[in-house]
Amino acid sequence: MSRQVLPKVNVTLPIVLRRLFPGAPRQVSLAAATVKDAIDALDADWPGMRDRLCDSRPAIRRHINVFVSGERATLQTPLTEGAELVILTAISGG
Amino acid sequence: MAQKVLILLGTKKGAFILESDAQRRSWKLRGPFCETWPINHVVGDEVSGTIYGGGGNEWFGPAVWKSEDFGESWTHSSDGLAYAAGEEPVKSVWSLAGGSDGLYAGVEPAGLFRSADGGLSWQHVAGLREHPSRPDWHPGGGGLILHSLIPHPDDAKQIWVGISAAGVFYTADGGATWEPRNRGTRADFLPEDQRYPEYGQCVHCVVVAPAKPNRLYQQNHCGMYRSEDGGRKWESIETGLPSSFGFPAAAHPRDAETVFLLPLNGDIAGRYVPDAKAAVWRSRDGGKNWQDLREGLPQENTFFGVLRQAMATDRLDPAGVYFGTNTGMLYASADEGDRWSCIAQHLPPVYSVETLVVDS
Repeated sequence: MSRQVLPKVNVTLPIVLRRLFPGAPRQVSLAAATVKDAIDALDADWPGMRDRLCDSRPAIRRHINVFVSGERATLQTPLTEGAELVILTAISGG
Repeated sequence: MAQKVLILLGTKKGAFILESDAQRRSWKLRGPFCETWPINHVVGDEVSGTIYGGGGNEWFGPAVWKSEDFGESWTHSSDGLAYAAGEEPVKSVWSLAGGSDGLYAGVEPAGLFRSADGGLSWQHVAGLREHPSRPDWHPGGGGLILHSLIPHPDDAKQIWVGISAAGVFYTADGGATWEPRNRGTRADFLPEDQRYPEYGQCVHCVVVAPAKPNRLYQQNHCGMYRSEDGGRKWESIETGLPSSFGFPAAAHPRDAETVFLLPLNGDIAGRYVPDAKAAVWRSRDGGKNWQDLREGLPQENTFFGVLRQAMATDRLDPAGVYFGTNTGMLYASADEGDRWSCIAQHLPPVYSVETLVVDS
């Protein structure tokens, strides 16, 4: 049985998220087939990070933007080798 | 042993802590904490000194923050603080209370969670949202929020909650089943022949008299009330007050007959203090008679309001009384309301005020 090789991707975390998880770096390299898998991998290293980025619908939170190679993504967006995944906070607050 | 008194503030832009000694003459302010998230409620555990803050951030969702060093450092968690997939997600934590079997959190949209590990993880107390009235729960001006949360001081099975605008609900079996407890409270916003429904009232704040756990006080959108039987029936106590509208209520730590309210001028009249003059109203006889307490409070051009969780007492003798305004001011009295002073200003809008008295 062949074992699936997951794409290696680079994730950029916003500083306001990193402040909630001391020690989290600006950029993380990980292996993931989808955005959901990538966020699960982040959560494995920094427990609770999934809850900060996703709600229980489940979906990416309304005021969190995830871009994959420049395109806005959903949890189901597939990742390819070398993809750049950027997490940003959207305009919100008051 | 010397004691220190902490005032715990939840505000629109983080939690703050003020600290003094038992004399409560001068206060030192620290904050903002919790990364300036909107924090709806901050409470302290008198035994451990642990402080918890509940809130929600537009970007990162709901969380309960925790500090075990009086605010110097904080952690956060929302592990388990979620409804089932497909339901409207939990937006924010609105109320926290320690019970004898754990820590409770009330959330928006209205629901209840319990933590048995000091806020690290949460379990949904599903029975409340399984109540047959839930399809009829409608949000008040602040949202569909569970803001009043009262575990019985002596019996872990009994809990009261206040939900805007669904009313007061009570469980005697640890949250498995619930019953509305609103008899006698009005809903002036309904047609005249429907003003005393079983549920659907716009409760603003419910507090228990610690010395007499079946004695509850309630500030409602439509009147002030007292219950002698754990909320089975409510009696109006608004005679003698300047209006029937307000948000907070605070009970005396030892005397069940003493209660503090802060009426506002009315729900469609601006929602600030009557005649633009600030006063806390105190009753020493369970709401039969009221005295307005004004010494040290501004008596002209005062247009602040005080929100539902933004008034509290401490457990010292004489009891301290505190309230925070939606304009970011904090007033304190060290003599049960007789004299007041402003101890902080220019804060963000104050959402909640609680106290914590610990050995220093």
